[in-house]
Amino acid sequence: MQRSSEVKHEAIRISEIIAQNKQKKNVSNLFEKVIPTILFLLASITILTTLGILYTLLSQAIQFFRTVPIWEFFTGTVLKPLSQNSEFGILPLINGTLISTIIAMLVAGPIGLMSAIYLSEYASEKVRRVLKPLLEILAGIPTIVYGFFAFTFVTPLIRSIFPEVGATNILSPGLVMGVMIIPMIASLSEDAMTSVPNAMREGSLAMGATKLETTIKVVIPAAFSGIIASFVLGISRAIGETMIVTIASGSSKNFTFDITESMQTMTAYIVEVAGGEAAAGTTIYYSLYAVAITLFVFTLVMNLLARYISRKFREEY
Amino acid sequence: MSIIANKMGIQLKPKTKLKESIEMTTSTQTNDIVYDTKELNLWYGQTHALKNINLEIHEKEVTAIIGPSGCGKSTYIKTLNRMVELVPGVRTTGTISYKGTNILDRTMKVENLRTKVGMVFQKPNPFPKSIYENIAYGPKIHGIRNKKLLDEIVETSLRGAYIWDELKDRLSENAFGLSGGQQQRLCIARALAIQPDVILMDEPTSALDPKSTLKIEELAQELKKDYSIIMVTHNMQQAARISDRTAFFLDGEVVEFDDTNKIFANPSDKRTEDYISGRFG
Repeated sequence: MQRSSEVKHEAIRISEIIAQNKQKKNVSNLFEKVIPTILFLLASITILTTLGILYTLLSQAIQFFRTVPIWEFFTGTVLKPLSQNSEFGILPLINGTLISTIIAMLVAGPIGLMSAIYLSEYASEKVRRVLKPLLEILAGIPTIVYGFFAFTFVTPLIRSIFPEVGATNILSPGLVMGVMIIPMIASLSEDAMTSVPNAMREGSLAMGATKLETTIKVVIPAAFSGIIASFVLGISRAIGETMIVTIASGSSKNFTFDITESMQTMTAYIVEVAGGEAAAGTTIYYSLYAVAITLFVFTLVMNLLARYISRKFREEY
Repeated sequence: MSIIANKMGIQLKPKTKLKESIEMTTSTQTNDIVYDTKELNLWYGQTHALKNINLEIHEKEVTAIIGPSGCGKSTYIKTLNRMVELVPGVRTTGTISYKGTNILDRTMKVENLRTKVGMVFQKPNPFPKSIYENIAYGPKIHGIRNKKLLDEIVETSLRGAYIWDELKDRLSENAFGLSGGQQQRLCIARALAIQPDVILMDEPTSALDPKSTLKIEELAQELKKDYSIIMVTHNMQQAARISDRTAFFLDGEVVEFDDTNKIFANPSDKRTEDYISGRFG
């Protein structure tokens, strides 16, 4: 009896404490109301920054298109910003960007996907626990190091086999960029594949399918949207990559499809011109913005594409 | 339709008819043994999950495996198609001979075994593909490419699982849009598509409503004319209703294995009696 009354006593005290606290809480109600506004403002920073960048790019690019007609810019195959009679055609840069991206994806796509398949379907838990963090270390290496690696190791290596390859060429940075993107594709695709329920694998295996058949015909289709999204993000990364190509591909504004030659990408052009002595107000200076807005549109389109594809090809499970 | 199949040299199993099933009597006639388990022991790491199992499973019967949770009944049924090996650290001793071949032998190709032994799981697990592709999956991986033959297999299998009429106009829809009961019958149809000899069912109705459960039970009754069915079930009434023989598992051992009528009417072991009368489990 005594014990139960003690408990009851305890209970009364607790409810009193809560009532007291509630009174105090009324003061902080104001804070509770302000919080959403503060959070909204903080979240707006990202959007405002993007809008700001877009405004800067557009307003300056318009200056550029006053001197160079927009049609000439997008169809010109000659880029000679520094020469006496300068020409501003962006195609050599777009070409360089696309070629380096294609080389990079030819490396990163298959190797990344195969690594993902190995990690998610074949590797034991032990192996995966060691390999995945290692793979992610590769993603953490600064790109300048990759650029250096391309220029001082990969290019000489290629040249020792094919002497006709130039000291700066698009092949070597393309390959190294591919290596850089592998972890991204491997890791994201692996996430997509491990999240496919085991019940589906069992359903396939129980019908006499081999592990490989199960992987190719059940797991990959089920994880397809995630895999494609990782590829598109990889492409986006390759398009935006700057340091590796700047260092290892030189600054020749060649419009060519010969991967052994030096080419410049959009990003590398921006580095070159911004780092040089382009006086504000000159056409060269404004050309930076025209190239930058083109690059912006490229990556925007890739990101939109990634969203569209991952929504469209989602196999619901 | 089946002319095509004959031309391809493939014999489709005859469609089963409802009337015949009523005439079927429960057990007592002895069919050939399809699975002969001798002194089977199984360990998950240090855990001794199956202890000295001896069981003979007969052809074209429904064999029910009952017992409380964790008694090893699911483990046993998964050993029959070696799906149990997906769990890391599984060890077995003893033999299970399937039509005379020891399936636990290292030389046994599990893919060949699983082509002959279909399985239906506790939770329906269709692929995130169309209904058609779900059924055609098995035949396709086993090399059947002929479109007409595939069409015929899809129809025969869906009819075999008594779900054709419901689904014939929806073949291109995603299987995930079906109800749980329909999904499970689709999974049975998927297993039928490669014409196995045995169908293992691991608590196939535990995730379903009573109406769907009834349909699956009727289906099992039908299917036993062409297939040997081994069904793990939590539901003792279900075992009593549809099986010919029943094995009672407890703590990894077979306590009793006999005709279902005998097990439920007159069990010889006290523990069986306690379990089926609901005293534990």
